Amino acid sequence: MKVRLGNIELANPVIPASGTCGFGQEMSEWLDLNCLGAVSTKGTTREARYGNALPRIAECPAGLLNAIGLQNPGVDAVIAHEIPALRRVYKGPIIANISGFSIEEYAYVCERIDRETDAAILEVNISCPNVQHGGMAFGTSAQAAAEVTRAVKAVTHKPVYMKLSPNVTDITAIACACVESGADGLCLINTVLGMRIDIRRRQPVLANRYGGYSGPGVFPIALRMVNQVSKACPGVPIIGCGGVSSAQEVIEMMMGGASAVEIGAANLQQPGVCRQIIEDLPRVMRELKINHLQDIIGIV
Amino acid sequence: MKSEWHIVSNERIAERVFRMILRGDTAGIAPGQFVEVLVPGCYLRRPLSVGDVTDDRLTLIYKMVGEGTARMAQMSSGQTLDILTGLGHGYDLTKAGEQVLLIGGGVGVPPLMYAAKELRAAGKHVQVVMGFNSKGEVFGEDTFRAMGCEVTVCTMDGSYGTRGVVTDVLPTPTPFYYACGPMPMIKAILRTAGTNGQISMEERMGCGVGLCMGCTIETTEGFQRVCKEGPVFNAGALKV
Ligand SMILES: Cc1cc2nc3c(=O)[nH]c(=O)nc-3n(C[C@H](O)[C@H](O)[C@H](O)COP(=O)(O)OP(=O)(O)OC[C@H]3O[C@@H](n4cnc5c(N)ncnc54)[C@H](O)[C@@H]3O)c2cc1C
Ligand SMILES: Cc1cc2nc3c(=O)[nH]c(=O)nc-3n(C[C@H](O)[C@H](O)[C@H](O)COP(=O)(O)O)c2cc1C
Ligand code: FES
Repeated sequence: MKVRLGNIELANPVIPASGTCGFGQEMSEWLDLNCLGAVSTKGTTREARYGNALPRIAECPAGLLNAIGLQNPGVDAVIAHEIPALRRVYKGPIIANISGFSIEEYAYVCERIDRETDAAILEVNISCPNVQHGGMAFGTSAQAAAEVTRAVKAVTHKPVYMKLSPNVTDITAIACACVESGADGLCLINTVLGMRIDIRRRQPVLANRYGGYSGPGVFPIALRMVNQVSKACPGVPIIGCGGVSSAQEVIEMMMGGASAVEIGAANLQQPGVCRQIIEDLPRVMRELKINHLQDIIGIV
Repeated sequence: MKSEWHIVSNERIAERVFRMILRGDTAGIAPGQFVEVLVPGCYLRRPLSVGDVTDDRLTLIYKMVGEGTARMAQMSSGQTLDILTGLGHGYDLTKAGEQVLLIGGGVGVPPLMYAAKELRAAGKHVQVVMGFNSKGEVFGEDTFRAMGCEVTVCTMDGSYGTRGVVTDVLPTPTPFYYACGPMPMIKAILRTAGTNGQISMEERMGCGVGLCMGCTIETTEGFQRVCKEGPVFNAGALKV
């Protein structure tokens, strides 16, 4: 079940997605984190953030909207407390998810995480739909995405994966801009901007009005985008993400072009789902006559 | 803990209010904690307070308000449910003196039933004050009385018990209290009864287990997740 992200080897392709496993601690009550391919930590910014007003969650038929707004304790606390706490229960690769409100902030946080933690990969979130003046603003313009990529690459030797937004007309343009600016890999997709209205109160369900949609409903969209990007940027490792909740979907995402797969919303419904998927994978591989997962990446 | 539960019974006990009794592994479920029920057909689990635990039986009391609780109301004995149990921090019953006050509003009453049982078993004198909108919604009175609690019921429209809200009838001086109810009630309790108590909070949840930061409130002790550090908070820590 081994896969590679560039020159980093993962024991299997299954990774809990940023924002759906905290900093790992809470998930370790439901599974042994050491069974995972890697762990992607909660989006980290320079300052501590409370995030958006409540309610921040709205249910949908096949998933949910979230408008957390990047609640995190800030890079100092992440380095001093969260990563060391994660390390006490988890030995495998850490993917540090980083966010910002300016190019300088992205570079600052990446440099700190690079120097002061043993994270294996920096996952740079230029696609958060829930904050103003930042996040997705950098992921919906090829030029801004390129600038963030260059700024981050200049301050780190660690592999940089840019996390892309689906809220664009042509995701390959953004993907190519990141790769041309030095990105080592890509992660996609983040959430799809959406809305729910409480028809009795005649008001949005979310205090933030809009939020990011994820869960099973986005799987076909995510798969299509992973496939498009894998064709447009051959040879660039992709972490596929969006709506995955079974071993079959992990394999589908990999056939579409992903080298590894992140699981998001599914953890919220079943906090042990990543272990379940990892346990199911060998059987599903046998059924499909797959000897090595590495062989199916991007075959479709 | 995630486990499978068998529905033993599911019946209406008041206007739009149902009691579901389930059989399963009740290990480590404490008063004031909640469970997360995966309702087939709904994506997110539904958080519900623990109404009672006896041997291998778990009692949930829920109001039918939307899709998930409507689906639950349709279920019958023999069906099974996937439930996460033992969630959050419940009431710290060691804080109670010999006299204890329980204050509940509507479907905020269930967690107090389990607390009352434990407090009575510890030999405490338990006073219960419950508020409802009207007579049809009242439930739990007999349960508390059977435990030997002193019960006062009030209704907003005066159709049963005392007319008015719970804070109109709180004993003075107010002993240490445990409370659960809608936000306006919580605010009124903090105003009239002070902060010598513990209050259970309610927020929309993504995961219910601390993963998503969907339910975070600001307290005097910083940002805290209702599902993890809560749902029960020291009254003095709340900024509402
Ligand atoms: C810790 C905790 C304990 C609770 N204990 C009880 C209890 O013992 N009895 C009881 O009747 N109710 C209780 N509630 C409220 C209960 O969770 C909601 O009434 C229920 O989730 C509504 O689901 P629905 O599908 O019927 O409503 P819908 O409106 O269709 O639900 C849509 C979404 O909103 C969420 N939601 C809607 N109302 C609430 C609410 N008031 N609080 C939190 N989430 C909500 C649902 O969980 C779902 O994700 C508790 C809530 C919390 C947070
Ligand atoms: C509650 C929640 C919080 C999230 N927080 C972050 C975050 O901090 N950084 C980030 O890059 N993505 C974040 N995401 C996006 C997920 O990592 C993932 O890209 C997206 O949800 C799609 O995958 P899914 O359909 O499996 O959920 C969050 C998603 C959810 C549901
Ligand atoms: S509901 Fe997910 S952290 Fe509380």
